[in-house]
Amino acid sequence: MITTTIISSLASIVGNENLFTSIEDKITYSYDGTPLHSRLPEAIVRPKTKEQISEVLKLANREKFAVVPRGTGTGLSGGSIPVEDCVIVDMSQWNRIIEIDPENLTAWVEPGVITSQLHLEVERIGLFYPPDPGSMNICTIGGNVAENSGGLRGLKYGVTKNYVMGLEVVLPNGDIISCGGKAVKDVAGYNLKDLFIGSEGTLGIFTKILLKLIPKPQTSKTMVAYFNTQSDAGRTVSSIISQKIIPCTVEFLDKTTIRCVEDFAKIGLPTDIESLLLLEVDGHPSVVEEEAQKVVECCKQNNAVEVKIAESVEDAMKLKTARRSAFSALARSRPTTILEDITVPRSSIATMLEKIDAISKKYDVLIGTFGHAGDGNLHPTCLTDERNHEEIARAEKAYEEIFIEAVKLGGTITGEHGTGLAKKKFLHLVTGYTAIDTMRTIKKALDPNNVLNPGKVFDMH
Amino acid sequence: MLHTARTHDDRNTVFMNPNISNFNGIDIPSDDVLTNCMHCGLCLPVCPTFAITGREKSSPRGRIRLIKAVAEGTLEMTEGFVDEMNFCLDCQACETACPAGVKYGSLVESVRNQMRIQGKESTTALTLKWIFLRNVVSKKYLLKLVARTLGIYQSSGLERLVKKSYVIKKLAPKLSKLQELSPRIDGRFFDDIYPEIVTPTVVPKYRVGFLSGCIMNVAFAKINEDTVKVLLHHDCEVIIPKDQVCCGSLQAHNGDFDIARTLAKKNIDVFLKYDLDAIVMNSAGCGALMKEYGHYLHDDLLYAKKAEILSSKVKDISEFLFEIGLKKPVKEYCHRVSYHDACHLVHAQKVSKQPRELIRSIPGIEYVELNEASWCCGSAGTYNIIRHEDSMIILDRKIENVKIADAEFLVANNPGCLTQIEYGCANNHIKTKVIHLATLLRDVYEL
Ligand SMILES: Cc1cc2nc3c(=O)[nH]c(=O)nc-3n(C[C@H](O)[C@H](O)[C@H](O)COP(=O)(O)OP(=O)(O)OC[C@H]3O[C@@H](n4cnc5c(N)ncnc54)[C@H](O)[C@@H]3O)c2cc1C
Ligand code: SF4
Ligand code: SF4
Repeated sequence: MITTTIISSLASIVGNENLFTSIEDKITYSYDGTPLHSRLPEAIVRPKTKEQISEVLKLANREKFAVVPRGTGTGLSGGSIPVEDCVIVDMSQWNRIIEIDPENLTAWVEPGVITSQLHLEVERIGLFYPPDPGSMNICTIGGNVAENSGGLRGLKYGVTKNYVMGLEVVLPNGDIISCGGKAVKDVAGYNLKDLFIGSEGTLGIFTKILLKLIPKPQTSKTMVAYFNTQSDAGRTVSSIISQKIIPCTVEFLDKTTIRCVEDFAKIGLPTDIESLLLLEVDGHPSVVEEEAQKVVECCKQNNAVEVKIAESVEDAMKLKTARRSAFSALARSRPTTILEDITVPRSSIATMLEKIDAISKKYDVLIGTFGHAGDGNLHPTCLTDERNHEEIARAEKAYEEIFIEAVKLGGTITGEHGTGLAKKKFLHLVTGYTAIDTMRTIKKALDPNNVLNPGKVFDMH
Repeated sequence: MLHTARTHDDRNTVFMNPNISNFNGIDIPSDDVLTNCMHCGLCLPVCPTFAITGREKSSPRGRIRLIKAVAEGTLEMTEGFVDEMNFCLDCQACETACPAGVKYGSLVESVRNQMRIQGKESTTALTLKWIFLRNVVSKKYLLKLVARTLGIYQSSGLERLVKKSYVIKKLAPKLSKLQELSPRIDGRFFDDIYPEIVTPTVVPKYRVGFLSGCIMNVAFAKINEDTVKVLLHHDCEVIIPKDQVCCGSLQAHNGDFDIARTLAKKNIDVFLKYDLDAIVMNSAGCGALMKEYGHYLHDDLLYAKKAEILSSKVKDISEFLFEIGLKKPVKEYCHRVSYHDACHLVHAQKVSKQPRELIRSIPGIEYVELNEASWCCGSAGTYNIIRHEDSMIILDRKIENVKIADAEFLVANNPGCLTQIEYGCANNHIKTKVIHLATLLRDVYEL
């Protein structure tokens, strides 16, 4: 239980003005972007220094209460949702870009920097930070590292983990460590840095992050291809890659998603087609020209009804912005959207799409699918109403089957959103029980009292 | 093991046993709209109040969750709740940003209505808001009376004395702001100048109704005149019904639906007497509300249909002129011009392309886009008086962008924005003139 004594201790660590305990604050820190989960925290703190974070964690160990780190709460697996008897550590105000180093192509940032803010700053000087999750205008770099988030440019440029060079972390026991650095090669000791990437706030709280930057691609070309069947779009993806072209973006949208997106963005997408691919190639102008041509041919060979090339940067931007709204736009048709994040080998995209279709029919639930097709990462999204418990139960059954199919195809239950609360009961499908035990051993070694984001990813028993 | 996070099965413990809703009556926030919010957070970056506090409860997503908690009976209408609802500008930027199509504006307006009927307003806010909105603005003769007094006062030199008066600032800071931020009262009221039907010199091509507005009528008579001149120049016969009343927008946005409905019915009767091609608006707030008459009166047996018809005719002046096409000006108009989106135009009515295209199409004009053009200026009805400090923080951000744009004219199609941004420019010694599109066009055509 979090007693009033604990609350006053917290106040003396962070200061009264950085401690929120009002019921209105508690209600509004009870959720993230994940459907169907929520719980009130006991308090919210906004520590100003790493020492304060360390003090909060030491107090948590002494008094046995839980601490949940939070960025801006856009997570889709419940990573920052409160647990029993917990204090939220709100990191969103740690929003300084500390240094951009053009000689070493690195940036030191605080974890609360908004992802698109960093894009803007580095692009101003001709540099590039590729990870661009759909939520980039509001999610934090800290959250991105904790979830190892992907984005629209993942196919060519990889995900967040490919850009983290160093971390400053407050460990669950309050110790502060640094790992990694500006040296591009570094094999001194265990690679602790990678342990923290994707740790979903369970192994430490980041206070500083060193990111790798690359030169900004000179130019890019954005295309959209329409298809009469989902499988044609799926096959196009594999066929583009087998041509040895790596576009930076290959995004898939099915009919339901296209309709919702068009309803919101009004950019003139046809609403009578079965699916579309949003494609982008970037790099040196002459290469871009040639690759764009090949991509268009590939689409046509796979029965694309039409392929359009965005005429201006603004048009390209509109298409990508529309794609980023896909998940939320789906909520236009039904109030509750439960989205999943399966990933299969690229060659199995078409098969997976067919399976999703069949499963949605079997359980009589409406599923809209979109995703980072180039990465094999699909977001089948069940459109339902949380007030209809019977339908929700059917949706959960459908998901279980989708997970099993994805794993059978050599894939995984989550490609970028994390396990968190929402998917922990399915984790063993991918990792097996022994691996989960190994994870528990690591967690126990770093967090013997289980104070930091307990019960996320897996339970300790 | 110390802690277990709950799984699906034991979810919603805190929201379990839904008590009875803490809202009551007919005008309550819609359950469907509340459930429609999937708490993705995509609306957070556009919210001016969230930008100030960074606190979830001051964000659209947070406010929706709070309203939901009150609706589910897990939260009372606490002081903190009421404060957040009043902190919200009702600028509806979150509505534009929301891919899920959550009608946030309707939620906050219903909540404000609930706050009023349940007596949850603070006394200062109450006196200022309700006296002003319920009595003065909605009764034309009273507004004129107050305006006359304020007008005499503004022109008599007494104003300067009072502005400097320490006593007034100390005793009634809000009232002293009311004074500074009050629109300048015009010497002559618009509807005293013009007859009910004004005809152009040529055979009219269009017949349009014109809402002279309450505040516009007494404080922005010049802009009304500009609007009529521009319409006449575009071959419109302009009908300005004498017995029209205030559109009800200030009242409705503050949740006073009863008054708003009464006013709406009166205007429907008055305007539908004529066969009109359009009803042209030069105030974004009024336009936004009149386009919603259909919604507000949808279950009124007598008025539902008529309200729909009226709403379908309502057009902002920029929308109307864009549709009929601007006449070619005789001379080039060589000025640097920028444009500020009034919230109730861009977010509530989704009109943003038309005014820009019109301005751009004028030969000679150098158009410069204002950074964050659709970010609220902080005027927001009576917000700049009732939540003066917050409003000024929001205004500062706008002024910074106005400085960068460095235009000679900044066009804004709403009286509230005009007064507010002008106030900010004056305080910051910025030379940019803040004007209405109609004023710009009248100058372009030298009417
Ligand atoms: C509309 C929408 C689109 C999305 N699109 C994508 C997408 O394309 N790709 C993708 O990968 N994800 C996507 N997401 C998911 C989500 O945005 C990402 O997981 C994001 O990284 C979460 O960042 P956040 O700041 O919101 O973190 P939160 O949700 O607040 O937290 C996420 C996790 O990070 C931990 N955490 C936060 N800050 C710290 C810190 N400083 N130190 C340690 N741990 C910390 C939390 O404890 C939690 O476990 C999307 C979400 C939405 C709502
Ligand atoms: S209002 Fe819309 S954008 Fe904002 S959180 Fe809700 S669904 Fe998302
Ligand atoms: S209406 Fe404006 S101030 Fe209110 S929540 Fe929406 S964006 Fe924020």
